[in-house]
Amino acid sequence: MVFLTRRATFSASHYYWNEAWPAEENERVFGRCANRNGHGHNYTLEVTVAGELDPVTGFVVDLKWLKGVMEQEVLAAYDHKHLNLDVPEFKHVIPTTENIAIATWKRLEPVVTVAGGARLSRIRVYETPEIFAEYRGEA
Amino acid sequence: MRGYFGRRYMLSASHRLHSPALSAEANRKAYGKCNNEHGHGHNYFVEVLVGGAVDAETGMVVDLVALDDKVRVQVLERFDHGNLNLDPLFTDRVPTTENFCKAIFELLHDTLPAGELVHVRVEETENNFFECSARG
Repeated sequence: MVFLTRRATFSASHYYWNEAWPAEENERVFGRCANRNGHGHNYTLEVTVAGELDPVTGFVVDLKWLKGVMEQEVLAAYDHKHLNLDVPEFKHVIPTTENIAIATWKRLEPVVTVAGGARLSRIRVYETPEIFAEYRGEA
Repeated sequence: MRGYFGRRYMLSASHRLHSPALSAEANRKAYGKCNNEHGHGHNYFVEVLVGGAVDAETGMVVDLVALDDKVRVQVLERFDHGNLNLDPLFTDRVPTTENFCKAIFELLHDTLPAGELVHVRVEETENNFFECSARG
């Protein structure tokens, strides 16, 4: 079993707000992230796939293919967008780094699975160089 | 759903790798320039990975501010701008980055505001790092 990771970056804005809570509660829990005018980050996305090496190519998956899938399924939807306002899955789900990792998994997992040869192993999303979240497909 | 939240911190500290169980010559052989009598220092990067359920209301595994507070009190205030050899944790342990990593894991384990500690990674320089996980 070999693990292959591909990195990509995207820039997006967001804010944290739970519609079920009063404004004071949102401000208490989310602090500066609750500013409704939003703020932004340069995110770094790491996608890790796992599989056996193809005996002919020596690849787990073709990196060019993986790059294309990440661009088409994730970056096209997230890059230079407002996550709360432009991305359907964040209409009612707060776009925390944890939820972005889960949503990215949901976008990529079916495509990687259908292609065969490898399975999605881990999504890591850096919001800043010091803050990141991971999702590994666990319930 | 189970997710993971990671956070990186920096602290600056000095240390000397020297084992009282070894002769002066054996210490020099084992630790090389890290055995320098008056010590030396590093900017350590400490990466903390917390695992747990992503809270349905907040979308978080752990609150960043609460985690920062815990790490500040347990780790940064204790070691930043200090000499690791003089900390009681290193009275009987050489402050290698392996032991430092393990010490930080033990200080944070069971004291997190939410979730559980999955790993601690300590980078001594940009070219070497050590990881400690719950698996041992």
